[in-house]
Amino acid sequence: MQTQPVEEQREGGREVCQSLEIRKNTYYDSVTLMLMSKEIKKMEGVREALIGMGTELNKALAVNLGMGDERIQALNPGDFFIAILWEKEDRMTKVIKRVDELLHEKKPSSALDYRPVTLDSAVKHTPDANLALISLPGKYVFEEARKALDLGLHVMLFSDNVSIEEEKQLKELAREKGLLMMGPDCGTAIINAVPLAFANVVRRGDIGIVGASGTGTQEVSVMIHKLGRGVSQVLGTGGRDLKREIGGIMMIEGIKALGEDENTKVIVLISKPPAPEVAEKMLQAAKDSKKPVVVNFIGGDMEMIEQYGMVPGLTLEDTAYKAVALSKGEAVKDMLGFMMSEEEIEAVVRRETKELKAGQRYLRGLYTGGTLCDEAMKLLTDAVGPIYSNIPLEEGYRLENVYRSYSHTCIDLGDDLFTLNRPHPMIDPSYRQERLKIELEDETVAVILMDFVLGYGSHPDPVGEMLPIMMEGKQKRQEKGLGTCFIASICGTEQDPQNLRKQEERLKEAGVVVMPSNAQAARMAAKILKRIL
Amino acid sequence: MSKISELFKKEIKVINIGLEDFAKDLEKQKVKVVHVAWRPPAGGNERMVLLLAKLRKKG
Repeated sequence: MQTQPVEEQREGGREVCQSLEIRKNTYYDSVTLMLMSKEIKKMEGVREALIGMGTELNKALAVNLGMGDERIQALNPGDFFIAILWEKEDRMTKVIKRVDELLHEKKPSSALDYRPVTLDSAVKHTPDANLALISLPGKYVFEEARKALDLGLHVMLFSDNVSIEEEKQLKELAREKGLLMMGPDCGTAIINAVPLAFANVVRRGDIGIVGASGTGTQEVSVMIHKLGRGVSQVLGTGGRDLKREIGGIMMIEGIKALGEDENTKVIVLISKPPAPEVAEKMLQAAKDSKKPVVVNFIGGDMEMIEQYGMVPGLTLEDTAYKAVALSKGEAVKDMLGFMMSEEEIEAVVRRETKELKAGQRYLRGLYTGGTLCDEAMKLLTDAVGPIYSNIPLEEGYRLENVYRSYSHTCIDLGDDLFTLNRPHPMIDPSYRQERLKIELEDETVAVILMDFVLGYGSHPDPVGEMLPIMMEGKQKRQEKGLGTCFIASICGTEQDPQNLRKQEERLKEAGVVVMPSNAQAARMAAKILKRIL
Repeated sequence: MSKISELFKKEIKVINIGLEDFAKDLEKQKVKVVHVAWRPPAGGNERMVLLLAKLRKKG
């Protein structure tokens, strides 16, 4: 452990010092370390903390935080460091103690105590293993994923930052070997009722899903569950699978597998609009399965879907409704409304607009799910006009500064722009908390729209993290004579570790309008905004 | 039958490489999982990685 004064940082004559501990060749994953930095920053007397591996990103972060120590700059990505800035009293001994406690927290597990250091030794230890779940930094992925496929393992690749050439090679190899190659950037899958990475606990049933969009797939699987049916398998492909360069390799292999699977009666396909020639190959494969298929191209070509004799899903919720109807052998109808009656909707609109003052007219959507954000904007634009965003529907409505909302704004907080030095907002709600505070200070804001994604992988209590800020903001606004309408939808089931019912109850008790789906939440926001325009 | 269809009929057994929380989540669900204590090759030193790759090719 070494301490040195940071000469250039003096405030009011007080010296700010930096302490640094380096542990060579000790590796921890980035999510663990980012959450740890956050924890240590909360300690008394610690001005700033950075705990991480010696990656280029962390070296740049250190400089930005005023920790321009040459020893950090000389580290390798396999070296671990703890750096803090402090004043008055050196907190480093306490910090190191706390870091070690967090790193070595007594794990209740025993099965995880055996930790082979390579994939080969893991396979030797568990020769009947059949799937590798890989979430390493992008540049190390190719070697490990290829090794896994060579060892005969199916692969789910959560990591992003993998080149499209590498993705193609891995998928071609997997196809040759008849294995799954889900990803890169595959966030969700449910295989044999086991949720992998970010996935919900969904009832088993006869609807099989192949999805190229993570939260889109989660929302459809959850809606199927909410409608009383279940899923056979949920396969992910990663967001680029339907690009021309990849040609839909995993999507097509997934369709074939669900076609062969006797427990799958109905197939659901979800992706952003594919390259046209890829869409044709994919739809042909779906047709060849001879099973009823619902396709959601998230705003893409509906006509082509119908030409192939398939059912187009108009929203994520509508996709689930149609799959459920087909699974029950019922007629397929569009679901473009509400589960509530007209009277109930009117009562909500009246209640929520009552306290809004003239001048309060804008929407702010703070989303952790990218596809959910995109869907909400599509549903809202027709009703309330253009929406500004970091993922706009039209380039002209891209926010100039993503940290500042303008007019109607919906933000995808999972965008790389926001996750450079913090985990995804489904794991770490801190930026959404910060951003919500800012939105609530804006007197032109009327409606706040939010998603809460439950399930494995997600934060243990997403509602509990946001609720105090929502309530405090609402109170302050009331004192200024301003109303605040909160609308939420929860992507989750009562069997998720966070429990849908418990999360929902707390929101409702606090006066939040909780809608059963993302689409209905967006529609409710549209109704309220139209009333005050 | 393809290997994917075969997988659908088997108990799933996972090797996790990367974020440890994914392994913990699986363990909570009583799914058989092994977590690899992975480290960057050659401590992440890019020059060493290249050298090692060259040596492997020659070998």
